[in-house]
Amino acid sequence: MSSDVLLQIRDLQIEGRAGEDWLPIIKGVNLTLKRGEVLGLIGESGAGKSTLGLAAMGFARDGCRISGGEINFDGIDLRTASERAKRNLRGQRIAYVAQSAAASFNPAHKLIDQYCEVPVLGGMSRSKAADEAVTLYRKMQLPDPEDIGFRYPHQVSGGQLQRAMTAMAMACHPDLIIFDEPTTALDVTTQIEVLAAIRDIVRDFNTAAIYITHDLAVVAQMADRIKILLRGDEVEEADTRAMLAAPKAEYTKSLWAVRSFTRPEQPPAEGAPLVSVQGVTAGYGKAQILHDVSFDIHPGRTVAVVGESGSGKSTVARVITGLLPPREGQVVFDGQPLPPDYRARTRDQLRQCQMIYQMADTALNPKLPLRELIGRPAQMYLGLKGRALDARVRDLLALIELEPDQYIDRLPSELSGGQKQRIGIARALAAEPRLIICDEVTSALDQIVQEGILKLLDRLQREFGLAYMFITHDLSTVRAIADDVVVMQLGRVVEQGPKPEMFTPPHAPYTDLLLSSVPEMDPDWLTRLLAAR
Amino acid sequence: MNVLIFLVLAIAASIPLSYAFRAGLVRVLPHEKALVARDMPLTAAFGIMVIGVYVIVAFAAPLLAPFPERAVVGSQFQPWDSTYLLGTDRLGRDMLSRLIYGARNTVGIAFATTALAFVVGALLGIWAALRGGWLDQLLSRFVDALMAIPSLIFSLLLLTIFGTSVLTLILVIAAVDATRVYRIARSVSQGVVVMDYIEAARLRGEGNWYLIRHEILPNALAPLVAEFGLRFCFVFLTISSLSFLGLGIQPPTADWGSMVRDNATLITFGDMTPLMPAGAIALLTVAVNFVVDWQLYRASGLKEQG
Repeated sequence: MSSDVLLQIRDLQIEGRAGEDWLPIIKGVNLTLKRGEVLGLIGESGAGKSTLGLAAMGFARDGCRISGGEINFDGIDLRTASERAKRNLRGQRIAYVAQSAAASFNPAHKLIDQYCEVPVLGGMSRSKAADEAVTLYRKMQLPDPEDIGFRYPHQVSGGQLQRAMTAMAMACHPDLIIFDEPTTALDVTTQIEVLAAIRDIVRDFNTAAIYITHDLAVVAQMADRIKILLRGDEVEEADTRAMLAAPKAEYTKSLWAVRSFTRPEQPPAEGAPLVSVQGVTAGYGKAQILHDVSFDIHPGRTVAVVGESGSGKSTVARVITGLLPPREGQVVFDGQPLPPDYRARTRDQLRQCQMIYQMADTALNPKLPLRELIGRPAQMYLGLKGRALDARVRDLLALIELEPDQYIDRLPSELSGGQKQRIGIARALAAEPRLIICDEVTSALDQIVQEGILKLLDRLQREFGLAYMFITHDLSTVRAIADDVVVMQLGRVVEQGPKPEMFTPPHAPYTDLLLSSVPEMDPDWLTRLLAAR
Repeated sequence: MNVLIFLVLAIAASIPLSYAFRAGLVRVLPHEKALVARDMPLTAAFGIMVIGVYVIVAFAAPLLAPFPERAVVGSQFQPWDSTYLLGTDRLGRDMLSRLIYGARNTVGIAFATTALAFVVGALLGIWAALRGGWLDQLLSRFVDALMAIPSLIFSLLLLTIFGTSVLTLILVIAAVDATRVYRIARSVSQGVVVMDYIEAARLRGEGNWYLIRHEILPNALAPLVAEFGLRFCFVFLTISSLSFLGLGIQPPTADWGSMVRDNATLITFGDMTPLMPAGAIALLTVAVNFVVDWQLYRASGLKEQG
């Protein structure tokens, strides 16, 4: 066999336990990876990307088993290798970078101590490992490379933590690194830095990598080849440029098409605004989060509030809903100033403004059936009972495109992520509101599911004349659904206006940075962008 | 030696018995519950079976007992024979009959006490977690103060002050145990209260009672149910030890704790009769813990996947 091939997976089959039975998760996938090559793995959640990534280390999660096929890493058969042999490979020759660095670091130890653990196990001296750590931290362009290692995980930002984790994976100069959605949890502006750092370091060390993601634009920057998975089956594999230029399979084409949803543009707003946020200043304790924030939301229109995490977008929502009374300024709803505290608002004022949350998992009570989850607002605000309530819940389920008879008595745990988010929408609609605040409602979802949610929200808006306040950090979502855009940075409104205006230059410098940071499908985009900056 | 052989035989016999009991449950129960029964471990089946027997004995005591609870029916300390299956006590009352009536009194009072402790403790605990602020501080510090006093000494003190009727016994032990329940309910609810669905319900304008009943309690139930089982055992033992000390259930009412004390002299003669009520206490405690363990295991998340 040629020594050029680092990892060879043949006809791999992995099964997962479901009660008494074993269900296939990976159904005979082949994968070949040469030294120094980067392979992008793409698929929706549940497609088996992460499972395949872990299998490349000869590892199967609890409740899963590798039931067939071959995994050959540089001449070592990982299916028959002893646990001990595999343990020696992991960390030393194969490394893994998880999606959430914040959850993967041990919060009780300093970064550099965690960095040194594996090299020292591999026989390197502690001081040499620490020196190398600093070198790698510098390469990863972490600020203060000499000292950053002596901080605890909670003392550095998410993007820095992700880079520190990549540095940790590089510690033993492994032959293969598996990146499992390393930038999904990051802001666009941070994402760029991490992507650039990962790409450089992988090239410098001539490391092979498997890059798992659901973001096509990201993978276009990173990978030499792309493999697409659908429900445990391979759909297609080709060189990045070939794949982008001419996808063959229907499914691939549908993936590419996702980004095309845009709602028709509306004429600029006129008339009185539904909600007017006027000079709001607010904060928690001594910390002041919002500084003199003002903007309007007009009936039947979508205002997108954009910014990085920590820019105060969610805090604005808390001020409007009354969870956080502002220190100065006020919120005017339909000409009437709202009481600052939600407890002082009338039931009708509460009804008119509903909220949809980012994480449907925590926003729906797991112990209540959909009938009660959706029915409760209708029962409370509109006084529906018995038959009328039942009929209303069924109508709402039909509105969000779920079959009423099949779903009405289910619990949230029996739904998929996208379906849960739809229930969140139905619950908001049940109150017959005039304003719905959507807090990052699509950011925890796959692109295809996102698309469905955005289309649904758009349809409902036209049907019921709703106003949306759409909080997001994802500019492609803004492009798709917004009428007006408010850009926030560090608790201030940097720029605001109708969407067409906002997406054509000249911009405020921060808006420009945000806009240019949105990954594009063009594989040369990152290179060009970095050259331009 | 005989005792040892008896114990080994009893354990050996309980295995096929629990097995048969579980198989019977699977047959009798409706489909969904039968699935749960099929997956339960043998220990849990044993626990449920024993608890079931105790409940039946407690309810059917007058039918099962050969003699009345309080009547002197023979001479003192008669040995086991065909009339008095377990002999008689120091006043000449039938041991078996008193053992059977004892189930009713001891278990019944323990259950009432635990239930009361739970209603009070859990509601206050959830309420404190929900409201937070000064209310939480006030309740929690008060509970801390109560918990700082050793519970047995505290109950002895209260019982000496308020007298030893069954009602005061229930109230005093419930008050002491409610503090423990309060702690658990509060900490479990604090994890639930921060969830987005609670915020959503608050923004909807729901009152505290709805929040407690529909939003928090269902999500805090599993640990509370497990705690209920454990707490029941503790209460049960507290009542028995209080009775043993003479401050619990008062004679001539039959009660396992005081039965041990009354007949303790027999132990010096190598008679195991006084140990029977103690054994009854031990068996029920073990049975309840088996069921609790199983519930904890189910609550630990395995159930969610179903």
